[in-house]
Amino acid sequence: MSIFKKKDNKGVGYISAKTSRKISKFNRKVTKKLEREREDAGKDPELYTTTMKDPNNVVEFDNVCTYFFTDIGTVRAVDGVSFDVPKCSTVGIVGESGCGKSVTSLSLMQLLQRPSGQTVGGEIRFNVGDGKALNIVKTPTAKMQQIRGNRISMIFQEPMTSLNPVFRIGQQVNEVLELHHPEMTPEEVKARTLEMLELVGIANKEGVYNMYPHELSGGMRQRVMIAIALACTPELIIADEPTTALDVTIQAQILDLLRELKDKINSSIMLITHDLGVVANMADYVVVMYAGRVIEKGTAEDIFHNPCHPYTIGLMKSKPVVGKQVEELYNIPGSVPNPVNMPNYCYFKDRCEMQCDKCKGQYPPEIRISDTHIVSCYRFMEQGEVVGYPKSTNVEEL
Amino acid sequence: MGKFILKRILLSIVILFCVMLIIYTLMHSLPTNYIDTMAQQLAQRPGSNKSAAEWLADLNAKYGMDKGILGGFFTWLKSAVVGDFGESWVHNVPPTEKFADVIGISFILGAVSMFFEIIIAIPLGILAAKRQYGAVDYTVTVVALVGISMPTFFVATLLKLIFGVKLGWFEITGLTSARYYDTLTRFGQIMNQAWHLVLPAITIIVISIGGLMRYTRTNMLEVLNADYIRTARAKGLPEKKVINYHAFRNTLIPVVTILGGSLPSLFSGALITEQLFSIPGIGYTAYQSMIVGDIPFTMFYLSFMAILTLLGNLIMDVLYAVVDPRVRLS
Repeated sequence: MSIFKKKDNKGVGYISAKTSRKISKFNRKVTKKLEREREDAGKDPELYTTTMKDPNNVVEFDNVCTYFFTDIGTVRAVDGVSFDVPKCSTVGIVGESGCGKSVTSLSLMQLLQRPSGQTVGGEIRFNVGDGKALNIVKTPTAKMQQIRGNRISMIFQEPMTSLNPVFRIGQQVNEVLELHHPEMTPEEVKARTLEMLELVGIANKEGVYNMYPHELSGGMRQRVMIAIALACTPELIIADEPTTALDVTIQAQILDLLRELKDKINSSIMLITHDLGVVANMADYVVVMYAGRVIEKGTAEDIFHNPCHPYTIGLMKSKPVVGKQVEELYNIPGSVPNPVNMPNYCYFKDRCEMQCDKCKGQYPPEIRISDTHIVSCYRFMEQGEVVGYPKSTNVEEL
Repeated sequence: MGKFILKRILLSIVILFCVMLIIYTLMHSLPTNYIDTMAQQLAQRPGSNKSAAEWLADLNAKYGMDKGILGGFFTWLKSAVVGDFGESWVHNVPPTEKFADVIGISFILGAVSMFFEIIIAIPLGILAAKRQYGAVDYTVTVVALVGISMPTFFVATLLKLIFGVKLGWFEITGLTSARYYDTLTRFGQIMNQAWHLVLPAITIIVISIGGLMRYTRTNMLEVLNADYIRTARAKGLPEKKVINYHAFRNTLIPVVTILGGSLPSLFSGALITEQLFSIPGIGYTAYQSMIVGDIPFTMFYLSFMAILTLLGNLIMDVLYAVVDPRVRLS
């Protein structure tokens, strides 16, 4: 009579009804409070205006914490991430799936799935010129809507589903221009749209203008997405795995296009990818993320020629190299820790082949080992200067 | 598209033939037999010189019921295809004439209910989706489910009790106020009829609103999670425009499709509601004919319903292509 047998539920991930209720109650309380704070912050521009640390940066992430308040507990998707995006440069953000790359960029756009996803701590400073900056974390939605698509725009991973299937291409590109440039006449808008379509390499621009998204291939759709993203000449373009869904030839074309256009309009690109080849090809600076934290950052040269963190070293070892024959590609043993219950020591320790005694201590600080190169690993404690520790936000105190 | 429609129409004709045959067979085998009853009555009439059995044979011959099911069906079908549906046994006029008499009121009742159903259910569905798992969502959902779950006769009786008996705002049956209807002006008469239609319309709206609302909510939720909604937000569009323009146009695809499909049902009447409120519409008339076994009228009504249903499906397919550019080409 197996159906009457008491099932052993106390396995991994088991939550009793009582805990589950407690979690939901806590989540409701916290998210409600955060939403209210955001509304209140909108009333006073002082609260969200700040200054850049370095006016040559477009965006500065300063200990950003973005958490998801889920039914199984608080997931620390991004936990104390700090890095800068300098003007007119490409910053590549690398890491495996689920390490917080996309969440970082969505935090910058305030496009997180609210109310469960919230940026609970830190500052994201966006340079608006005149020595002023906006703290995106506290910026009200209405203000944010003037920035999105206009000064920061985003290209998504899935060109097949990112365009609205019921509107014509022309209409969808026009829309963003009409919204941010209300002074333009309809003729000017159309002319600009056609110009953008030509710029992204669509040959039959008049034809495509009147087409629906389903009539275009994936590569063409991604070009249209790029046209939408560039239409208002933004200062920063976030490209969230722009080539993942495309085949390799189109991938190269799209990347070339992005690089070319970036120089044409003098913007910066935040390129999110898990493809090291793409990063090597495109990026000036590289940020390596692991389990919601930045573990190593520096120029592309630093990261590719002198990888220091054991995870980065592992990544480099696990990519195939042309001309080198190996029996089996290297892979990093183990898996990422459970995002609900992060350990209090280095997140990579359990998978690390180079661990030392110090690794048992608290999470390692960011250590500057050269002017541009920063790594979070105890192995460099003596060789460089400690910049600071990533700080989690205590959700109980919110 | 033309080829597709033609194919669908040809298929519909085959389905229609089968449906009619089944209905005729059922009607023929009904335990209530109009002719039986007539024969009994005629035989008992003073001065009748024939027995019930003789009357029955006579009447069967007269009404064409002596040819068996298949024979009778084909006789009926032969005249029906040229538009002659015979003569209603109860009403003593051709079914089409009776139909023309009563369809008006049913159509008005259906159209008014559908109009209110749409303007209440769709915005509520969108609102519920926008506040998913919020207080608004739960309230709307619970109210809608209560509406779906209650049987028509219960809602009707409840409304009659509250608004007719307790509050006395409305009369509980009929289409006109028998005592003073004739003394009213033309405008007054129209208002009087409208006043009588309020409770039936509310009954229909209450029971039908939940389905459409849930349907809108589900579709809206699906659309709101789509990538292109994130794109719309990333463009900097205000939330209102994201929902009312980008999301709504996509939600409309399935909603318009089912609404278009239910257009023909405007002509089918509300059989139960009309019966409960004694509104002399097509549903009421059809019910009265059915319970006495009036074959010509019932056959006409049910064939008409079958045609409407098939037409509804066809409209649905065509509308789908109209609202969704992706289906237009193929």
